[in-house]
Amino acid sequence: MADGTTDQGPVTMLATPISLDFEFTPGVAQSKFLRGLERGEFLGQRCGTCGQVYVPSRGTCPTDGVATTEDVVLGNSGTVTTYCVVNVPFAGQAIEIPYICAQILLDGANLSFMGLLQEIPTDQIRMGMRVEAVWVDEAELIPSLASVKYFRPNGEPDADYDTYKEYL
Amino acid sequence: MSAAGRTVRPVSIASFAQSQNVRKDNERNEAEGLQPVIAEVFANVGITKDDVDFICSGSTDYLIGGPFSFVMALDAVGVWPPRAESHVEMDGAWALYEAWVLFQEGEIDAALVYAFGRSSLGDLNEILTLQLDPYYEAPLWPDIVSLNALQARAMIDAGKATEADFAAIASRSRRDALSNPKAQVRHDVAPDVLLEDDYVVAPLRRHALPPITDGAAAIVLAAGDKALQWSERPVWITGFDHRMETHSLGARDLTVSPSTAKAAEVAGVADGNVDIAEIHAPFAHQELIIAEALGLDDSVAVNPSGGPLAANPLMSAGLIRIGEAASRIRAGQADRAVAHATSGPCLQQNLVCVLEGA
Amino acid sequence: MAESEVLHAEHRLEYPYARSTGPIIGAFLTALREGRFVGATGSEGKVIVPPTEYDPLTGDDVGELVEVGPGGVIDSWAWVSHPLRKHPLQVPFAWALVRLDGADTAMLHAVAAPGPEALATGARVTAKFCPEAERVGSMADLESFVLEGGAA
Ligand SMILES: [Zn+2]
Repeated sequence: MADGTTDQGPVTMLATPISLDFEFTPGVAQSKFLRGLERGEFLGQRCGTCGQVYVPSRGTCPTDGVATTEDVVLGNSGTVTTYCVVNVPFAGQAIEIPYICAQILLDGANLSFMGLLQEIPTDQIRMGMRVEAVWVDEAELIPSLASVKYFRPNGEPDADYDTYKEYL
Repeated sequence: MSAAGRTVRPVSIASFAQSQNVRKDNERNEAEGLQPVIAEVFANVGITKDDVDFICSGSTDYLIGGPFSFVMALDAVGVWPPRAESHVEMDGAWALYEAWVLFQEGEIDAALVYAFGRSSLGDLNEILTLQLDPYYEAPLWPDIVSLNALQARAMIDAGKATEADFAAIASRSRRDALSNPKAQVRHDVAPDVLLEDDYVVAPLRRHALPPITDGAAAIVLAAGDKALQWSERPVWITGFDHRMETHSLGARDLTVSPSTAKAAEVAGVADGNVDIAEIHAPFAHQELIIAEALGLDDSVAVNPSGGPLAANPLMSAGLIRIGEAASRIRAGQADRAVAHATSGPCLQQNLVCVLEGA
Repeated sequence: MAESEVLHAEHRLEYPYARSTGPIIGAFLTALREGRFVGATGSEGKVIVPPTEYDPLTGDDVGELVEVGPGGVIDSWAWVSHPLRKHPLQVPFAWALVRLDGADTAMLHAVAAPGPEALATGARVTAKFCPEAERVGSMADLESFVLEGGAA
């Protein structure tokens, strides 16, 4: 310090915090998907070239590079293609551990997405399990995946491995 | 590649496409905005993604404020089965350079290069601060307009330019843009009228600044038989180089561009007559610095497309310079052209590409 | 799709970066905290301020640190009549490249002045540091430069 009574030592670190504000838009196709969630349904899009159905669709076919324009309403049920049991606590965790994170292939879709699985003990989850979405109350539906509370077993027999092996 | 940076293996700009340049694309995500451009650049020459050996893109995640936006953007191309692909966190002109190097090494015969960026999503005055020295400059949050005003003042103080020169460049650029349907700012306003603009940051008035632009662009490169099949009048890259200067603004002479001069020397700009130059000078005063460094005389038509003062889509504005220059050669309006791209604050990094008709 | 159907959301991105300074930048920031400036000796005896670890022209290691400033001259300046929210001063001010006495390169910072007519390239300025208790070892320890003779 200027008076010579330094106890701080030399500077070795510099804090350079950055904060930036953006206006995010998910685009046309993902907005449709999110608006579908607001109505309590899963909306996907089919590629006119390869016929694959994407949910959520980002507006183009990642295989063919063409715009996806045909909207497809998908079922409320699907198949667990793979899963993991989360036992590790982390900052911001909203769900009590252990819980199951599953990749779910909705009926009619060619792309799985990640969902929370509940109403089943963690040691009974298995690949091929048939599950259904449980939605929040109608008044609480919003254009967000938060409208899906979780998935749970729907009671149907497990799907045959051949029906989902392409989606692992 | 020869030591001098001149082309050993000729590479052709086979096709060029760009989006409509707009102040704000309020609807589409990156892939949705890019997909029609990719489709057009392939359709121009009747090919598909399966006809190119390599894909390279230029973009920056800071514009969208999310990670790996270049991966998402690949959905606009279609990358299944897996493709050879790369990305630079730079203007697409540098992505084109990376592809060109692979051509020189004989690795590829055709490539897709594209770039995209939406400048409208955040505050560019803050976002572009992140390209500065993170210890001494960025913590003060100097905005890009202020930094360029320092450069413009240095030009004026050195007797190299006047505010009237900046207005003349802005006026000419936006008048030329009247013939460019893709441009964003197109009008015929005389320089003395522009000089009535307020200062944004003195000595830069409103007209000396580039517009804020959302846009995307793409180019197909080809060599050998493909170059000849895909274009009746191939446009060849005959020289290509890029150079950079120190990160420390205060250690540079901001009135000159030694990196551009060096790149121009290596690319062989002076080896022939230059008919047109497409210069990536987002701020009006920068055109004077780059024109001098390229060694251009008054006979050269600068930015006949309107240049970045008419449309400045970040990350693709440099790639567009190459595409615009090539388009004029292909149309028979020029035989030899120079395209320039820049990156970083106050022309820190510069790329020079020499193009010639068959 | 009608534009009203396309969703938009506010999104804030934050990075809490903490950077290690290394010995040269650390020495400069330490000096700032003490209310003084140091530069590094580079090629041909040129003094680089603020100092870099390597000579920006040759890439060689820099030599010894030397005391510079606190006065200097304006190499270039730009008048900001409407400061942005993150600018160091929230009243009209100038950005300037200031070449401190004893330095061969300029440093970027703010210059406080009553108006653009008070400024000129070549004008002499001197450092105005924040109160000692507020200094943390960053560029913000320097509040701004002010015109010599106290015009601001
Ligand atoms: Zn498809």
